[in-house]
Amino acid sequence: MFKVTASPHITDNMTTQKIMLCVIISLLPALIGGFITLGLRVLTVTLICVVFSVLFEYLMRIIMKRQNTISDLSAVVTGMLLAMNLPVTIPIWQAITGCFVAIVIAKQLFGGLGQNFVNPAILGRIVLMLSFTADMTTWIKVKHSGYVDALTGATPLVSKDASYIDLFLGNTGGCIGEVCALGIIIGGFFLIFMKIISPVTPFAFIGAVAVLEFIAGNDPLYHTLAGGLLLGAFFMATDYVTTPITSKGKLIFGVGCGIITFVIREFGGYPEGVSFAILFMNIVTPYIDNFTAVKPLGAVYIKDEKEDN
Amino acid sequence: MSNSNFKEFTKGIIKQNPVLVSLLGMCPTLAVTGQAINGLGMGIATTFVLFCSNIIISLLKNVIPKEVKLPCYIVIIAGFVTIAEFLLHGFMPSLYESLGTFLSLITVNCIILGRAEMFASKNKVLPSMLDALGMGTGFTLALFLMGSVREIFGSGQWLGMDIAVFENIKPMTVFVMPAGGFFVLGCIIAFLNKIAGKRPPQKTGCAGCPNSSKCLRDSEEEVLKK
Repeated sequence: MFKVTASPHITDNMTTQKIMLCVIISLLPALIGGFITLGLRVLTVTLICVVFSVLFEYLMRIIMKRQNTISDLSAVVTGMLLAMNLPVTIPIWQAITGCFVAIVIAKQLFGGLGQNFVNPAILGRIVLMLSFTADMTTWIKVKHSGYVDALTGATPLVSKDASYIDLFLGNTGGCIGEVCALGIIIGGFFLIFMKIISPVTPFAFIGAVAVLEFIAGNDPLYHTLAGGLLLGAFFMATDYVTTPITSKGKLIFGVGCGIITFVIREFGGYPEGVSFAILFMNIVTPYIDNFTAVKPLGAVYIKDEKEDN
Repeated sequence: MSNSNFKEFTKGIIKQNPVLVSLLGMCPTLAVTGQAINGLGMGIATTFVLFCSNIIISLLKNVIPKEVKLPCYIVIIAGFVTIAEFLLHGFMPSLYESLGTFLSLITVNCIILGRAEMFASKNKVLPSMLDALGMGTGFTLALFLMGSVREIFGSGQWLGMDIAVFENIKPMTVFVMPAGGFFVLGCIIAFLNKIAGKRPPQKTGCAGCPNSSKCLRDSEEEVLKK
């Protein structure tokens, strides 16, 4: 029968599970791009990350005596995103360590989906990056003719020798998910058209990096396509839990990420700064939300009145 | 040793552990525990200073005027820190090098000043000595434990010795970094609370949330109160 409740009256059959399914679908083009460029081990790493993320989530919910939430697919998304942030040569046990950090430490210790204050996949990547810097920055050198060489090479951000078309289609070295710009853009626009993510954050993020690189005298298009900027902007900086709610907040979040990414790329010790930028902005998200809170129509804040009197 | 004096000694080790329960002296705790030997050295140096300063302050408690008690405490503590510094510099130069400026910073360690203010200035010499020894032992144990965990996971060694397991598996450098220090401290405190059977508060409320001032639910609650 009809239920009489107070507002807001939300009539939408969108569930967490459906949203996560859309994100999984949107991640597939970039993953296929990585597979074509980097070979079969892409599938192994991705599968390991997904299986262990779900396993850790399942075990943690049992240990914490909470309702099991693996069916909402968020652990699958975390596993996929983490795998896409790893180089294809990563030792398997390090990938599993990354899943442990992402699911157990970043997500479940804080209470599970919705309670985590940082993006789990980002934290997993950064802990691996700081712990095993050598393994995390070893990329297969891809010959621009298309086949994979056994040699290791620098990321195109450092070598600066890849052409736009190679960067766009993915004939470059890099993490699994970041090589194929075309796949990421297809997935990102799919999410925007499905209204899963707001276009504000990714465009503010990419725009800020491009403008700053242009001011600094670098090639803005190259810096947009190379490295993990597109992957981070479309899939990591748009996480519901760890980014601001309001549009103004999303804009501040995106621009802030862009500025930090630019600073780390140009002046920092690491070649890539997207993940550090998103982690930092995740932490300040509550303050951005507080700063940009929208006053509801007709609302009166009791605290403001007290201050006036 | 009477029962009450014994309690003065044991309370600092677990029940009122200065690092893991009172969360005092975080600066040396996080900064020097990248290696177990540094944690141990820092703990022993601090215990020495705490022991000596507690005796002197307890002896002088009726002489020191209330108005200038803090400067007096600092002068006494700084004197013993200087002695400790010279001793380490003379006899253990490698430890002196690795502790660096944090050795001088024992002077402003909250634990020492806290025990001087809270305990030594109000109690007789014997209880003050035991209190200093207990607190110092608790501090040393906590630092040694943190240093061990961080060294084993972060560099695959313990007290400078290689550990066989880490020949095939690379240690996680993040444990030696400051972020790892906070993480290990949090885990040890959580583990200690679990053993001690402490439960988290059932209702934490909105006070700790940075959004509380603008949060709709919060303002609704206030409206209801009115």
